[in-house]
Amino acid sequence: MASIKRRPFPKLLVALALVPALLVLARPAAAIEVQRFTSPRGIEAWLVQDTSNPILSLRFALRGGAAVEAKPGLANMLSALLDEGAGDYDSQAFQSALADNSISLSFSAGADSFSGSLSTLSRNQDLAFELMRLALTEPRFDEEPVERIRNQLLVSLARQEQDPDTLAWRTLRAALFPDHPYGRPTSGTPESVAAITVDDLRGYLADEIAQDRLFIGVSGDIDAETLGALLDKTFGGLPAESGAIEVADVTPHGEGGVMVIAREQPQSVVAMGQPGILRDDPDYYTAYTVNYVLGGGGFQSRLYDEVREKRGLAYSVYSYLNPLDHAGIVVAGTATANPRVSESLGLILDEWRRMAEEGPTEEELADAKTYLTGSFPLRLSSTGKIAGMLVGMQLEGLGIDYLDKRNSYIEAVTLEDAKRVAGELYRPEALSVVVVGQPEGIEATRELPGAI
Amino acid sequence: MLGRIRTVKTAVAVASALLLAAPANLSAQVFEPETFTLDNGMEVVVVSNHRAPIVSHMVWYKVGAADEPEGKSGIAHFLEHLMFKGTKTMKPGEFSEIIALNGGRENAFTSQDFTGYYQTVSKDRLELMMKHEADRMANLVLTDDVVLPERDVILEERRSRTDNNPGAQLGEMVNATLYLHHPYGTPVIGWENEMRELDTEDALAFYERWYAPNNAILIVSGDVSAEEVWPLAEKYYGALEARPMPPRERVGEPRQWAPRRVELTSAKVGQPSISINYFAPGYRVAEGNEAYALQVLAEIMGGSTGRLYRELVIEQGIAASAGNYYSPTSYDGTDYTFWISPVPGGDLDELEAALRTEIDKLLADGVTDEEVEGAKQRLVDAAVFARDEVSTAAQVFGRALTAGQSVEDVEDWPNRIAKVTSADVMAAAKEIILPEASVTGVLNTEPSS
Repeated sequence: MASIKRRPFPKLLVALALVPALLVLARPAAAIEVQRFTSPRGIEAWLVQDTSNPILSLRFALRGGAAVEAKPGLANMLSALLDEGAGDYDSQAFQSALADNSISLSFSAGADSFSGSLSTLSRNQDLAFELMRLALTEPRFDEEPVERIRNQLLVSLARQEQDPDTLAWRTLRAALFPDHPYGRPTSGTPESVAAITVDDLRGYLADEIAQDRLFIGVSGDIDAETLGALLDKTFGGLPAESGAIEVADVTPHGEGGVMVIAREQPQSVVAMGQPGILRDDPDYYTAYTVNYVLGGGGFQSRLYDEVREKRGLAYSVYSYLNPLDHAGIVVAGTATANPRVSESLGLILDEWRRMAEEGPTEEELADAKTYLTGSFPLRLSSTGKIAGMLVGMQLEGLGIDYLDKRNSYIEAVTLEDAKRVAGELYRPEALSVVVVGQPEGIEATRELPGAI
Repeated sequence: MLGRIRTVKTAVAVASALLLAAPANLSAQVFEPETFTLDNGMEVVVVSNHRAPIVSHMVWYKVGAADEPEGKSGIAHFLEHLMFKGTKTMKPGEFSEIIALNGGRENAFTSQDFTGYYQTVSKDRLELMMKHEADRMANLVLTDDVVLPERDVILEERRSRTDNNPGAQLGEMVNATLYLHHPYGTPVIGWENEMRELDTEDALAFYERWYAPNNAILIVSGDVSAEEVWPLAEKYYGALEARPMPPRERVGEPRQWAPRRVELTSAKVGQPSISINYFAPGYRVAEGNEAYALQVLAEIMGGSTGRLYRELVIEQGIAASAGNYYSPTSYDGTDYTFWISPVPGGDLDELEAALRTEIDKLLADGVTDEEVEGAKQRLVDAAVFARDEVSTAAQVFGRALTAGQSVEDVEDWPNRIAKVTSADVMAAAKEIILPEASVTGVLNTEPSS
């Protein structure tokens, strides 16, 4: 709140949160050894041991996430309730056990996975794992915390409904995936959140949380043997198997169209997207490299150059690939004052078209490769980031040697392939565009999607 | 020459062993940096962290928005943007291109008290970064053709941050009201009417006044040692000439006589809230251990097990969230803020009364020794986690040193926290919780028409 003035103003509010978390790693030189091991009871984990600081970070993910939930917002509500009382600890006792021992434990729900994060001082690691075990296997769902968290989620939804960025992106997702769970916000709707019951929460736990969907990454001051024993205690009690994940593969809406959400504000927020590419597509690295040239680079992309640098039309402009498990999309965003937003939109569409028609230049491709291969170790700057990367590598089926091999995938991208993939990927006519604000010179050509 | 490196490293192994036992009152340091000063007065701080073969290279200037000339609000932040527009030997954006070509990431930031520039790169590119960062410290070239489009960028930035967001608009008004006279009442991004008039001459004047090695701090953290940094720093930054610096004097904040209230009601507010902001000291201007005591207080009152959440969110069930905020890393005064947000359909007057009751209870009943000990333990533990992320140390030292603190202040932080008593906490609380030195901000929603 009043902290606003203390927060420094960066030259670019990097859309890092938006950059897909698919762990574009490289740099074999990184002196990081990934151990893959299986605990006595058969729990697999990937570990990077690091004795430099007496702490450890664990991240885990369970495949499934919001895409498999029975009611919109269920997985998200569950993630907010698991640390609100478990076993003999009621909500305040559980939270106090965490806080008094400086243990950070949290859960979150994404479109395709349900995730957990644990950070602790080594001296408290036994308690930390015990609290995580209780949260996952013996959550209480007492009435007071359930209703309290429900209220917090409703308040958060009300806030999101008035946030132009959230509105734009939520609407875009709904427009791209009209008949698929991907079109629903993972936070649910006021109606769906109001209707979630404790039985629903227990149902998700019973049906979707099991060892065969679990991926674990750990980094910090712990050895494999000690960790194995802790993992057995923590995750050994989960069901061994769950049912198959029944989420349909889907082709995103590719007919394009402009949607306008009228809102009284001086600046229009623009979100746009079209069908993209899957993570396991053989052309994925080529597409990733090409997109860096178009709108992926911080201060060096065609979009940045045309929209911000040359004309001062926006503070932030970018594009990125967003590969989900069952569909790929490629999206772009910016925000420009109402009178000039049509100019920004036109420039982005022009660049989209130019990239499709011409692809990157030889120099742009070479520069992109240099950046993408050289910047890999920057992603290994904390135990939490390393643990998260280890989980991502497993979720995406990238292999234990991915850190060593990844740069070679980028290096292998040829100009010919880059031009071909650019031509196949970028289709301006396929872009669904959402504008929130009072844009001048932009007419809606498509109805807003219902129920977002 | 290496003898000039002043190390504040202590017996690391012993400290680590102690941390495993970690009573709240141990004598621990946080980052164990090495420091030295170049002949031209530029301070250098090096923090080793060998997790990955990378370094964060940062230059922090002891100048921020609060140092701007009257009528030129936003110029510190505008200049930060313009520092990417080239030098006598580099084209606009060329340094950024070089950074990207070397697999580096960069950004820059401005606050009321500092302006900072950083690159995170593979350790073998450190020299290249220094070469160009030093170049733009002395050789910036600005022309209207790059300055004027960038002015549009900062205006768009203002729209994105503030003008599109009623909560941020209210925040701007609360600050402007809390600081009656001191420049902290002016937003870092600037007032729009003044931003529109900023030009090349203003930017260059500000640059020439404040950007010099003797007003800058070099901070390098990561897979590197002071021995490696020193010759490079000497070669690039050491070659720059010191210049006389103006004193960093902002007008003082006068004694305040009356509580003030600022309200913003809009259909665009999704989540109503109330904040009560008290004028409070930062580290540099605080007396005794007042700032540390207030940090302990904030830890006791805030968080999901703190008093405010427990009483107002859980027990009374009238708030969706409640907390407090205090950050003493500030060159001059700062604020201590209590805030609360209602459950759906909650009554704001009732909410405000309940929050004030908690503040009154604090003043009447005090805090317990148990609360103080628990809060201190959590704060001291947090210092261990601060060593994890490679860039954290650089950020902490940058903020501290530009806010008038020393390296020793940062390193001794856990010990100072550990010495705070419940009597200190209450003395500090009573010193700042004064109705006449407060602003209440109310963000309310109304049905859309």
